[in-house]
Amino acid sequence: MSTVRVLVGTRKGAFLLTSDGKRENWQVDGPHFSGWEMYHLKASPADPNRIYASQTSGWFGQIIQRSDDGGKTWNQPGTPPGAPPEPGPPKAASNKFVYDTSAETGKPLTTHQFYDGTQHPWEFKRVWHLEPSLTDPNTLYAGVEDAAIFRSTDGGENWHELSGLRGHGTGPKWQPGAGGMCLHTIILDPSNPQRIWIAISAAGAFRTDDGGKSWKPINRGLRSQYIPDPNAEVGHCVHHIAMNPKRPGVLFMQKHWDVMRSDDAGDNWKEVSGNLPTDFGFVIDVHAHEPETIYVVPIKSDGEHFVHEGKLRVYRSKSGGNEWEALTKGLPQKDCYVNVLRDAMAVDSLDKCGIYFGTTGGQVYCSPDAGDSWNPIVRDLPAVLSVEVQTLA
Amino acid sequence: MIRVVLPYHLRTLAHVDGEVTLDVAAPITQRSVLDALEGRYPMLRGAIRDHVTLQRRAFLRFFACEEDLSHESPDAPLPDAVVSGKEPFVVIGAIAGG
Repeated sequence: MSTVRVLVGTRKGAFLLTSDGKRENWQVDGPHFSGWEMYHLKASPADPNRIYASQTSGWFGQIIQRSDDGGKTWNQPGTPPGAPPEPGPPKAASNKFVYDTSAETGKPLTTHQFYDGTQHPWEFKRVWHLEPSLTDPNTLYAGVEDAAIFRSTDGGENWHELSGLRGHGTGPKWQPGAGGMCLHTIILDPSNPQRIWIAISAAGAFRTDDGGKSWKPINRGLRSQYIPDPNAEVGHCVHHIAMNPKRPGVLFMQKHWDVMRSDDAGDNWKEVSGNLPTDFGFVIDVHAHEPETIYVVPIKSDGEHFVHEGKLRVYRSKSGGNEWEALTKGLPQKDCYVNVLRDAMAVDSLDKCGIYFGTTGGQVYCSPDAGDSWNPIVRDLPAVLSVEVQTLA
Repeated sequence: MIRVVLPYHLRTLAHVDGEVTLDVAAPITQRSVLDALEGRYPMLRGAIRDHVTLQRRAFLRFFACEEDLSHESPDAPLPDAVVSGKEPFVVIGAIAGG
């Protein structure tokens, strides 16, 4: 029978939640990396025992962790525990994220707009998102703050920036959102290994069609009242993008405000917020088998980051947007004031698609029936930053 | 032998309990002690000092002999009591509430 493993990153550690395909009884394993902010954990589609994790701290900076046995043991890539010391310079580079500089001048490649309107150099802060290759367990991408994308081809031991993203010219117009200037979404195209989509708060969405050498903004149709030119090429606060891998090129976006879709790989976007009670939010995801069935969790407003009317409601559209229904069975419908952060929703690929999300109140919910009903897997974890799920044979 | 006290999370990263003791060639300075520490525990590379600039991370402090040495030159000699092993070189996380 199939099993599912849910990878949960929280403000104070990581947790692995496992169940059989019924998704009724759960085993909770953790905390791993107790006391550290675990921004994201994600497993390799090519090797389900290979899991990568982003471990961060305001004190000690960035750490990358890797498991090769499904989360039983972990080590920093390149520094196995217990390895005897060797002469020479320190080997650890798995947490070394160094931005490219200009080949001509050696100076920073570009600057970005700071909170006070001045231009500011890029400064690495943390890894928000790790996206393993669809085919090679040793290749993965990291979306970082300040916004950039890095790639490792040796299992996370060394990282190199794909600097065409920052260097294509719009960098000076990028600016940090309230959560920082982070690259938080990376989507790999299963039908075209040269194509990658990414999203940045607050710059917008970008795409490469040549494996990361060159990038272009893809924000036509986005409209943001909080920037001087609401229709600008860049500057939009995209919160998350989701795509059903069986239908590459059809993208769904939760923007700061507005839920959007694109049917042409991001070249053009149209709003599909429809009858949502509020179209502010962070998460968005797509049903594993029904590519027009999408999910969001509306949040009251940009000034009030909790669910609307004290009710935790997932909204589902079976028509690819515009027409939405509230899913409430099993979710608290009064006195609830949690948020659901941008990487904290995931879907499994069992026949009856399971939907998962985690809250800033520490609950992780599972719906084994595509959203019709919900059960808490755990109720009292630290604030949940990210949720990913593996469907295991 | 130089004694080094690490905060809890760095001890966890390095898989050590209690104090660390290091053989460090003279001169005994912040830089030489941290070089030796990172050489023996490469998983600490980047967690105390920036990978490239080797600047102390902002929320860490270096203490020894009841003095804050955080703003001393990394190449300044450490106190004799640290050199002799009588007192440890202490890496400490800045206190933050909330």
